[in-house]
Amino acid sequence: MQSRLPILIFALLMAAIPFVPGMPPFWIVLLDNIGLTALVAMGLVLLTGVGGLTSFGQAAFVGFGAYTTAVLSTAYGVSPWLTLPLSLLVSGLLAVLLGLVTVRLSGHYLPLGTLAWGLGLFYLFSKLEFLGRNDGISAIPPLSIGSFKMLSPGSIYYAIWVAVIVSALLTMNLLDSRTGRAIRALRRGHVAAEAFGVHTPRAKMLVFIHAAVLAGLSGWLYAHLQRAVNPTPFGAQAGIEYLFIAVVGGAGYVWGGVLGAAIVVVLKEVLQSYLPLILPGSGQVETIVFGIMLVALLQLAPGGVWPWLMSFLPEATGGKKPDTSLKLEQRTRAPGQSSVLLQVEKARKQFGGVIAVNNVSFDVQAREIVALIGPNGAGKSTTFNLITGVLSATSGSISVLGNKVDRAPPQEIVKLGISRTFQHVKLVPDMTVLENVAIGAHLRGHCGPIASMLRLDRADEAKLLAEAARQIERVGLGEQMHQLAGSLSLGQQRIVEIARALCVDPMLLLLDEPAAGLRHMEKQRLATLLRELRDGGMSVLLVEHDMGFVMNLADRIVVLDFGTKIAEGTPATIKTNPEVIKAYLGVAA
Amino acid sequence: MNTTIMLFLLQDGITNGAIYALLGLALVLVFAVTRVILIPQGEFVTYGALTYASLAAGQMPGTAKLALALGIGAFAFDMFAARKALHGRLVLRSVLTNIVLPAVVLALTITFAAQKPPVAVCIALSLVIVAMIGLYLYRIAFQPLAHTSVLVLLIASVGVHLALQGLGLLFFGAEGQRGPAVLSGSFTAGALRFTGQSITVYGITIAFIVGLWLFFGLTLYGKALRATAVNRLGARLAGIRTTLSGQIAFLLASVIGALSGIMIVPITTLYYDSGFLIGLKGFVAAIIGGLVSYPLTAVAALFVGLVEAFSSFYASNYKEVIVFMLLIPVLLLRSLAAPAVEEEKD
Repeated sequence: MQSRLPILIFALLMAAIPFVPGMPPFWIVLLDNIGLTALVAMGLVLLTGVGGLTSFGQAAFVGFGAYTTAVLSTAYGVSPWLTLPLSLLVSGLLAVLLGLVTVRLSGHYLPLGTLAWGLGLFYLFSKLEFLGRNDGISAIPPLSIGSFKMLSPGSIYYAIWVAVIVSALLTMNLLDSRTGRAIRALRRGHVAAEAFGVHTPRAKMLVFIHAAVLAGLSGWLYAHLQRAVNPTPFGAQAGIEYLFIAVVGGAGYVWGGVLGAAIVVVLKEVLQSYLPLILPGSGQVETIVFGIMLVALLQLAPGGVWPWLMSFLPEATGGKKPDTSLKLEQRTRAPGQSSVLLQVEKARKQFGGVIAVNNVSFDVQAREIVALIGPNGAGKSTTFNLITGVLSATSGSISVLGNKVDRAPPQEIVKLGISRTFQHVKLVPDMTVLENVAIGAHLRGHCGPIASMLRLDRADEAKLLAEAARQIERVGLGEQMHQLAGSLSLGQQRIVEIARALCVDPMLLLLDEPAAGLRHMEKQRLATLLRELRDGGMSVLLVEHDMGFVMNLADRIVVLDFGTKIAEGTPATIKTNPEVIKAYLGVAA
Repeated sequence: MNTTIMLFLLQDGITNGAIYALLGLALVLVFAVTRVILIPQGEFVTYGALTYASLAAGQMPGTAKLALALGIGAFAFDMFAARKALHGRLVLRSVLTNIVLPAVVLALTITFAAQKPPVAVCIALSLVIVAMIGLYLYRIAFQPLAHTSVLVLLIASVGVHLALQGLGLLFFGAEGQRGPAVLSGSFTAGALRFTGQSITVYGITIAFIVGLWLFFGLTLYGKALRATAVNRLGARLAGIRTTLSGQIAFLLASVIGALSGIMIVPITTLYYDSGFLIGLKGFVAAIIGGLVSYPLTAVAALFVGLVEAFSSFYASNYKEVIVFMLLIPVLLLRSLAAPAVEEEKD
């Protein structure tokens, strides 16, 4: 997706810096600190900016990494290189433990929860005997290769920046993959992602661990750079600081984390060394100015500095079109299967005293278009939510091909070949149409996060994108493939949702008001598409208010009013049904 | 442990808990109305406390000057925001609230500080000074960011906290201070000794909780604030000026913070940076209360105070660990109990 050239240039530039004649050693120290901070910020970018999980507790994970190596290399004399995997493992494992309690937290509880355990762990670091209490642990051995010891800031510089650049590459690879799309969809709520088989708690846990391991790596490097650790840099202040570094840089961008680290570290340094010259005599002037500058920076660029800088560059013109000759495996459709695809029997849903769906029964046969109509509040969308597992029915049963799915979660329903669109569009606006649609094919890919980071997923990925591109062209949005989904008109976004649903390779397509916001010609094109799909062997269940559209398209119509089914039949019989006319017009005809 | 110690711990816990309750209430209020997680709440506490202590000791507090400086800043922001449609009344009102008011207060502070004013004057001046700081801070730091995400507001809040804490060191020095008791005297009931100060703490906390309850339940401004909290856009469409709601929320929060500070500074020595931790414990209470419920927050705050008091007796080393870790099970219960609603995030 992204060109690797700028990263290569950046890496060469960073490699060349220590060789610049007359480079003050102090600048190298500063660059070391930027690198260490950038690692943590990068994890936060993924966690907070991309995944929407705000954490104040990252400093504690830096602490885990640093203390693990400090204890092992001083008390037990383990080689620093052996403690590296252990530091990462400890951070990762503790992330699993803390994640189990924290990741489930919703809304504002999450950041505050992380703040709470961040503080608690800080006090724990400073009270535990074997961690040296407030004094910490000193005389940590330096990193060494053979007899070469990385004692100076200049020698560990390479270790730090190799870690930063490799981590950035791995993180970007992760984001540009099947798992990455699932992560990027997290911030927009879980319903849409789950409808396509994404296990959202697992995806959240994954980013949480990823961020923690990056922080642990930073801690490990920190311990061997300073060769001493104490609790101070792992406290709540530091945790808060890491978060604002990510926000200042641009919380949604991997390089924003690096840029934020550079801005904040340099700014603090400049303030600390030059401010006393201007305003002599006072202790904490730099904190004051720093705080004020932070607020000013946010007011000028609330999205962060990186996207603000990027907006000056010419916009990248479209990605390349995926090779649509690649095919994914298709669902096997047993020829002799029963003709009843979906059977809803006496489904009932109560919200407190309100009966949203009252003992509704209907079925959908193979190769059939069924329309669910009724006035507003008739329970149509609730019925959809019952079928797709977003809500579970109070009583009654729903079966797919004869198997009961009453209590199945959305992820299981979609595996059975039922996919849906939403009444209120649920796309990720800052992802391209292609990426959004590819989420639909989530379950048809197999590569996990590790494979994605190492770019071992390319064959799998190419097939997923090919499928997505094929479906986009099928619905007639080939031109818009590389535009951001948020930039499309509402009608087009609905069509994108249909393409996403088609990526599941469904047997039954559930469409919630697909024609709303479409122009006349677009509606006709949609009707043609749906007929083609039916003739190709798919069934469609749709909720729609446009009667002309429904009457011309549907094979059968089910009418709901106040949660109760009042009629069912062909369009012709429904048109003349007195109950239906009464429900719509309020008087008996 | 004997009964006397237990009663003593209980009393200590309730006194601290009452303070946390007030701070928790303020945090809930500000968050609900403006979506700002008010980290500088702790600075309002120290500013109130140390301004009061300085005044009582006959020293000139730097906070009065800060109020004027911020007022001038707020005036500049007002003028810049209204640059396309400046008219007399608007300018006059801005000058009065942002420049004349803090200037008058500064003049009063200078006159009084020299002659060791009585306790009541110290309290009044401290409250007004901190209230103005809160008001102007909202105008300068948060109002321009009102449309952004909770995260950005939070980071801005951290920035304000850092700046205020640094200024606190500048104004009050690194030395801790204590102030004179608001209400001196004491009486004993059985094994317990009640000081006038602790009675004041209970009284004011209860008065505030009842006051806030009446304010939100009965007054038009209170209802406007609640409406803003529920739905900003809806409130604006109904003609509520959401910036006014934000100003009221910050005003109340800073007054509550300063008052809490004034109440505890006679009991404990406060330093320029003590506020942060006190504020955070108010937070713990607010979160346990779910950031929405006032009575629940008050109950939770008492609980936090008690846990703190008892853990300082049993495991004083781990006091802070226990208080902050307390949150995790509570948060977990809350988020499990909450229905899985779809959140539309920014």
